[in-house]
Amino acid sequence: MDIKAKIIDEEGLNRTLTRLAHEILEKNKGSKNLVLIGMRTRGEFIAERIKQKIKEIDKSDPSYGVLDVTLYRDDFRTRLKQPEISVTNITFDVNDRDVILIDDVLYTGRTVRAALDALMDLGRPNTIQLCVLVDRGHRELPIRADFVGKNIPTSINEEVRVRIRETDGEDGVFLVNVPSKI
Amino acid sequence: MSLSNRHLLGLNGVPKEDIQLILDTATTFREVLERPIKKVPTLQGKTIVNLFYEDSTRTRISFELAQKRLSADTINFSTSTSSVKKGETFKDTVRNIEAMKVDMIVVRHKSAGVPQYLTRISKANIINAGDGLHEHPTQGLLDMYSIKERLGRLEGLKVCIVGDIAHSRVALSNIFGLRSMGAVVSVCGPTTMIPFGIESLGVKIFTNIDEAIAKNDVLNVLRIQLERNAGTRIPSLREYHKYFGITSDRIEKFNKEIVILHPGPINRGVELSSEVADGPYQVILDQVTNGVAVRMAVLYLLGTMH
Repeated sequence: MDIKAKIIDEEGLNRTLTRLAHEILEKNKGSKNLVLIGMRTRGEFIAERIKQKIKEIDKSDPSYGVLDVTLYRDDFRTRLKQPEISVTNITFDVNDRDVILIDDVLYTGRTVRAALDALMDLGRPNTIQLCVLVDRGHRELPIRADFVGKNIPTSINEEVRVRIRETDGEDGVFLVNVPSKI
Repeated sequence: MSLSNRHLLGLNGVPKEDIQLILDTATTFREVLERPIKKVPTLQGKTIVNLFYEDSTRTRISFELAQKRLSADTINFSTSTSSVKKGETFKDTVRNIEAMKVDMIVVRHKSAGVPQYLTRISKANIINAGDGLHEHPTQGLLDMYSIKERLGRLEGLKVCIVGDIAHSRVALSNIFGLRSMGAVVSVCGPTTMIPFGIESLGVKIFTNIDEAIAKNDVLNVLRIQLERNAGTRIPSLREYHKYFGITSDRIEKFNKEIVILHPGPINRGVELSSEVADGPYQVILDQVTNGVAVRMAVLYLLGTMH
């Protein structure tokens, strides 16, 4: 990994998540109708952290689920590698709930498009709101986040890597160089 | 991760990793089948032909449902309503169907080796849905999935296949698949139904059903296939039931956990008593549900391969 800069450190990440939790509660006037859905794989852990924060702030325990959007992707024909699929785990009813869809990085918007289709197949939520840790720009679809941890303007040859203790052993957000596309 | 072969012709020689990948992927589709909308857009725009030269209810419906739930376009072909009746050869039929631009062909045929032959005359991905007395790989896979679902593992399990082994493609796919997943496989049946030399596939032979029940964790009980002249190898169905039929009394005698599979359709009162067929040990209807998930997994893995 060719690291260019560390954008958010462990403490920073914690503060950002606290703020996001407050914003979600403020906009939705509490957590009564909220459900949190994390997108595999990093979004899953970010959603879990935000759930903890909401628990501390609001003394409530919103439902939490994990969404795998692989089956809804639009790049099966163009990708070289077959994507690995895992299981969606949403055990509650999403009908008429306010769904907070949580992911680590918002980039082209295509994963979010897939997630919206996947969620619609599970029911008819009252609202779907998008919460991302990092928005790095370069959208290819008309999609915008409702809650953003940090806006990071990037070039196309850079990548934003979110590392989470649960899977990567450390917390932090990094800007890395990727070799330009051949 | 992808499969190492772009066709599924049998489980003989399929690496363990591939079988594992199919079983893992099937778990995802098992979840999809529990949703209110049991359909995902993954194979949109793909065209799949179900080429059935032999009668089938379960397998054909299962494949068709799996295809529809992946949003593929499906065409069903059965010999009784086709130009095969007018004398068209198999090769010509396939060539013509392929000229209509299809991506995958699911084939069932009474002759062994037809799927293999198809790979030479067609560019589509070929899936074997049963060829003669050779293999029925998706049945083997769904049997393994169902065993794993019930017992949590395959490695080290003792699985006995009971019945007319000599005329069963299900038996062969089970033997190949289960053995590469590390299970200990045996067969049980009247000696007239045990093919000569089957030990060379690494399976043990039981000729006494009580011994087979006592020494195994799983029984995969095959149907006595009267349409394949089973009657010439056993004196009568009643006698078969008396010596090899699985009954509650037989199982309970040993007071142990055992899982009973059956690929269907069941001859009640022949290979299984009705009590067992509807009882706590069997997973027969789970097998049917899992069959759709496993076939979705195979279609997905082959259909999205580059």
